[in-house]
Amino acid sequence: MSRSDQPKGLTALDRPNSYIGQSVPRPNLDRLLQGRGQYVSDLVLPRMVHVAFVRSPHAHARISAINTEAAKAMPGVVAVVTGRELAGVVTPWVGVLSHLKGLKSAPQHAMAIDRVCWQGEAVVAVLASSRALAEDAAEAVEISYEELPAVTDMRSALDPATPVIHPDLGDNLAFERNHDAGAVDAAFAEADEVVEAEFVFGRHTGVTLEPRAVVADWNVGEGRLTIYQGTQAPHMVQNIAAKHLGLAEQQVRVVCKDVGGSFGIKVHIYADEMAAYGLAKLFRRPVKFVADRVESFNTDIHARDHICKGRIAVNRNGLIKAFEIDDLTGIGPYSMYPRTSAVEANQVVNLVGGQYTTPNYRARARVVFQNKNVTCQYRAVGHPIACSVTEGLVDLAARRIGMDPVQIRRLNLIGDDAYPCASPTGLRFEALSHHASLQKLLQMMDYDVLRAEQARLRREGIHRGIGLASFIEVTNPGAAFYGVGGARISSQDGVTVRLDAAGSVTCYTSITEQGQGSEAITAQIVATGLGVSIDRVRVVLGDTDATPYGGGTWASRAAGIGGEAALQSAKALRGNILQVAAAILQARPADLDISDNAVVDPSSGERKIELSELARIVFFRPDTLPPGLQPEMVATRHFVPREYGFAFTNGIQASRLEVDTTTGFIRLLDHWVVEDCGTVINPQLVDEQIRGGVVQGLGAALFEHCIYDERGQLTNANMADYLVPMAAEMSDIAVGHVVTPTKESELGAKGAGEAGTAGAAAAVANAVNDALSPFGVTIAEIPLTPRVILSALGRA
Amino acid sequence: MTATRIALMVNGESISADVPARLNLADFVRDQLGLTGTHVGCEHGVCGACTMRVDGEIVRSCLTLAVQADGCAVETIEGLSDSGEIADLQAAFRERNALQCGYCTPGMLFTAQDLLLKCANPERTEIREHLSGNYCRCTGYHAIVDAVERTAKARQRRP
Amino acid sequence: MKAPAFSYVRAESIEHALELLSRHGSAAKILSGGQSLLPALNLRLAVPAILIDIGRLDELRGIKLRDDIVAIGALTRHADLLTSEDISASLPLLRQAAAHVAHPAIRNRGTIGGNLAHADPASEFPACMLALEARMVIRSEGGERRVNARDFFRGIYETALEPHELLTAIEVPRPQPGSRTYFHEFVRRSGDYAMTGLAALAHVDGAQLGDLRLSYFAIGDRPHLARATAYLVGVDITAERIAEAQASLDAELDPPDDQQASAAMRRHFARLLLSRCVADVLERPELAMEVVR
Ligand SMILES: Cc1cc2nc3c(=O)[nH]c(=O)nc-3n(C[C@H](O)[C@H](O)[C@H](O)COP(=O)(O)OP(=O)(O)OC[C@H]3O[C@@H](n4cnc5c(N)ncnc54)[C@H](O)[C@@H]3O)c2cc1C
Ligand code: FES
Ligand code: FES
Repeated sequence: MSRSDQPKGLTALDRPNSYIGQSVPRPNLDRLLQGRGQYVSDLVLPRMVHVAFVRSPHAHARISAINTEAAKAMPGVVAVVTGRELAGVVTPWVGVLSHLKGLKSAPQHAMAIDRVCWQGEAVVAVLASSRALAEDAAEAVEISYEELPAVTDMRSALDPATPVIHPDLGDNLAFERNHDAGAVDAAFAEADEVVEAEFVFGRHTGVTLEPRAVVADWNVGEGRLTIYQGTQAPHMVQNIAAKHLGLAEQQVRVVCKDVGGSFGIKVHIYADEMAAYGLAKLFRRPVKFVADRVESFNTDIHARDHICKGRIAVNRNGLIKAFEIDDLTGIGPYSMYPRTSAVEANQVVNLVGGQYTTPNYRARARVVFQNKNVTCQYRAVGHPIACSVTEGLVDLAARRIGMDPVQIRRLNLIGDDAYPCASPTGLRFEALSHHASLQKLLQMMDYDVLRAEQARLRREGIHRGIGLASFIEVTNPGAAFYGVGGARISSQDGVTVRLDAAGSVTCYTSITEQGQGSEAITAQIVATGLGVSIDRVRVVLGDTDATPYGGGTWASRAAGIGGEAALQSAKALRGNILQVAAAILQARPADLDISDNAVVDPSSGERKIELSELARIVFFRPDTLPPGLQPEMVATRHFVPREYGFAFTNGIQASRLEVDTTTGFIRLLDHWVVEDCGTVINPQLVDEQIRGGVVQGLGAALFEHCIYDERGQLTNANMADYLVPMAAEMSDIAVGHVVTPTKESELGAKGAGEAGTAGAAAAVANAVNDALSPFGVTIAEIPLTPRVILSALGRA
Repeated sequence: MTATRIALMVNGESISADVPARLNLADFVRDQLGLTGTHVGCEHGVCGACTMRVDGEIVRSCLTLAVQADGCAVETIEGLSDSGEIADLQAAFRERNALQCGYCTPGMLFTAQDLLLKCANPERTEIREHLSGNYCRCTGYHAIVDAVERTAKARQRRP
Repeated sequence: MKAPAFSYVRAESIEHALELLSRHGSAAKILSGGQSLLPALNLRLAVPAILIDIGRLDELRGIKLRDDIVAIGALTRHADLLTSEDISASLPLLRQAAAHVAHPAIRNRGTIGGNLAHADPASEFPACMLALEARMVIRSEGGERRVNARDFFRGIYETALEPHELLTAIEVPRPQPGSRTYFHEFVRRSGDYAMTGLAALAHVDGAQLGDLRLSYFAIGDRPHLARATAYLVGVDITAERIAEAQASLDAELDPPDDQQASAAMRRHFARLLLSRCVADVLERPELAMEVVR
């Protein structure tokens, strides 16, 4: 049922004492503030052993011999296991999806068997009584390698002269997609101006503060494997672990308590984690694997690494006539499992130009293999690239025709009254608010005043820039992302709500928490939907034995999908409770409601029976209820959006910064975001998701870069050399909202987790180019380091 | 390479333990004392997650050996919380949602309290500077700066 | 990422430390604040058999003012340099520099002796010591010797210290009254090691520079004292003088090209720092502006 069908005053959002739309503090914070969290890295089990992996020092090499004898004799060592030995327990996989036509990859094992394909690939596992002893013994493992030529430059990966990493695949092309919509050639031929640029996006990675961590416990007596893991998708891990260890799904339980950050890093199946599961099974005892920081840099998925050529056709009156892109990305030696490494490029094709009206769009994306660490989906998958290319081109076009960046956007952004409509790639937009968002942004930032200031300072030799970046964001995905391609990743999420004997409520949800506030918004929605105070609601998540089956938290889906399931289950339980209340009170359920922990008369507000009293009767004195009544104090509901494949959101960001043209340093002054994620369940949580996301985007824009040398060695795999954004260099971030609820759900919420990251780098790049416009240079490369700036200015 | 006996105060409790020389203070309190509120994010001194107090001063516990803490007074987030010393700062973090995953939080709290003890009324830029060695991937820092600033202001109003 | 196994001895006295050093030689490593040694151990980049912890030797700690020198004990921490009033008053350059070294928790343990012995070419303090013409006080069982900063730093992580020697103190001549200091570094993020930096000491004589010591860091394998100052001392400073000095500086530098900065950038930064420093100590901002053109 959509919102508009409901009589006013009865929606979830308008219920008395609604928590929706309120900044309720998260219930789990006190625990974390006192150091009482339960992260997997903290976990200790009886008989637990630690694993350290011996990892390949080469980007590409044949393993000619492995000698583990010396290592086995080291103190504390329980076992030393090679890839070949482990292959008896864990079967290999291939990371492809059938809807990404032509996507190919090679079988990947939990540990390398006779060949290593990137520096950091695990070759031998050492199990010992402590991590330190395991590392000692790992140093004693002798491995001889025969180095093979490494494919490192994506530009030449497809050249006939370049070796093919997986000869069975025929070439290094993992995936190619071409799209042609409208009349692109004619548009370019007829346009007044054509502007083009080549955009370069460095590789970066997630750098979750808690590294990836697993404790796998095979209980041979029960025949069950319990996996404690910091993961975003417990049911996916359960399914895949079972499949590749030869177990039935119910033989695997995945438990996920506190997680020290995820951002897409912890939603994949990593070979070394599969190895840990396999080792637990092999040695019949708990095995703990916590990646150290160097391992994280070498093996956590990387992201981006795109070179994207873009062209825009524009008329002198400001009308954009066409976009064309040619994107190339290097993904490492394998397509990641099970989500694949072709999704980012596919998203780039989907999203470029998507906020604008022009129907003319041509795109090619090619995804190539390399001997570097794998890349895969990291926060805002593809969006920062699509946004930077689109918005970079729009700014270039504006500059060419001498138009203000705001004006060209006003002329070309899809009208707020044009919905529903579709993009040139067939994406369907239910309702977006580009113009309202732009208007709000301009007000928040006082655009005209800033432009005047910029002009004045420029005369004094101070170069400030203002950059805008409007964006669309894919949220609330249904099956279209993975399910249709054959991946066993749930699109549905489920919530069970239970009234307990003392009148409190326990709620089990299949979405997970890594700090976004899943627990808080679930409690808010359930409390509101049921009519209880929030302190009565306890939320349980992250346990495949306990929660309903579902997808988890990724792709900005938890609030929109899991939140709706929470609302519907709470409403269902309310219905059940009112039935019992009606029987007790000899009234009609329709004449009763629940508010503030009691069954009330909705018209007078009179408290008829406390929920605690009702629960007491139900559980302890059912004999006093009317004959035949079987109260049902539990309700479960699932939800998946059915009408739209995705709920698109939109927004716009602006950055204001100063470029020191003498030193190449950039100082961030302000950052603004206006975002439309539909119903805002908890404004504070949304704002903080945005801010955190923006800073990840700023990291990519200014600092973060996985720097490989030509031999495929990652040269800055530590936190001193890989620069993450820190407090001193970041600015405050202002966040505003426009609210266009989705009608696909009663709640109306869309996702907000990735919007910040989607547009931040584009806004910064546009601001830098705006600042540098008097110098006649354009930079289309991130990270925008002082070196990049100075060399563009011809100063170093 | 045998273990060395150390005696120290941890959160006001006297502890003696045999530790290998190579064991750092972070691993010691986590693995031997079960004080897992001290987090380890990099083990090479850059991220600040392992920040705790030794003899009243903040240190990186991944860059301090347990044997070096012999005879010292060590405070971890568990002790700092139980003592009530930073209850107001913790409340401000909660109100402002100045933590998401919470992994950086114990180290942030120690570093923020260090600043507040030294400087009663810090500017936002001073807060950012003092926290500049503590990495947070989740929040983008703005909320943390707000929470520290609010705590400073509230403490100033206190008689 | 766990340190390899090693033995550990806590030195009871300087003599004890020296005796241990002479017994174990290069198999031993001195442990001061541990802020450079422990990262290296955790990353298994260093594999000493034994650590000699001098951290409790109070006689190595503290700042002593004598008539013409300031003696700084090797165990004096970065945090002490930042807060000591004696340092602020007599060696402000060190206080200025200390604010740029790492972050509060690291400054609470890192020591000046450890920092200088570590001799990171991107570190601030070695350059300061070179600018200030400091002498390193070095002891071994054989006795005590003093080495000028200029001779102490020998290369990347290399100093004049022999494996059996201990750096016990740094003696810094007090700059003449009226001296000016200048400190600036280019860093990507607060507290990082510099891409290029300058620690300078100047004596201003009317409108001229009576003396000028420009000590660059992160510009080569050790701190570098610019010879180009010859163009600036005892002359009327004009944009042309500065340009000459910059050209000469450029000729004497051979900066590395690495992830932090290209050689060309380092040259550019070094030139900029020269003009900014001169403009600052002479209080003639226009001198910095002119060369930007
Ligand atoms: C995240 C981070 C950022 C940093 N940023 C900076 C920075 O910006 N600038 C900077 O300069 N430094 C920086 N440092 C390093 C810091 O300044 C160290 O404290 C310093 O370099 C070493 O001092 P220490 O007392 O900790 O020495 P230790 O780590 O104990 O020792 C360092 C080396 O010197 C030897 N040694 C120590 N003392 C003596 C002695 N008395 N005689 C002979 N040999 C001795 C040791 O054997 C060892 O080889 C940073 C460190 C970290 C972790
Ligand atoms: S774990 Fe100690 S600073 Fe990162
Ligand atoms: S809250 Fe997750 S790292 Fe700070």
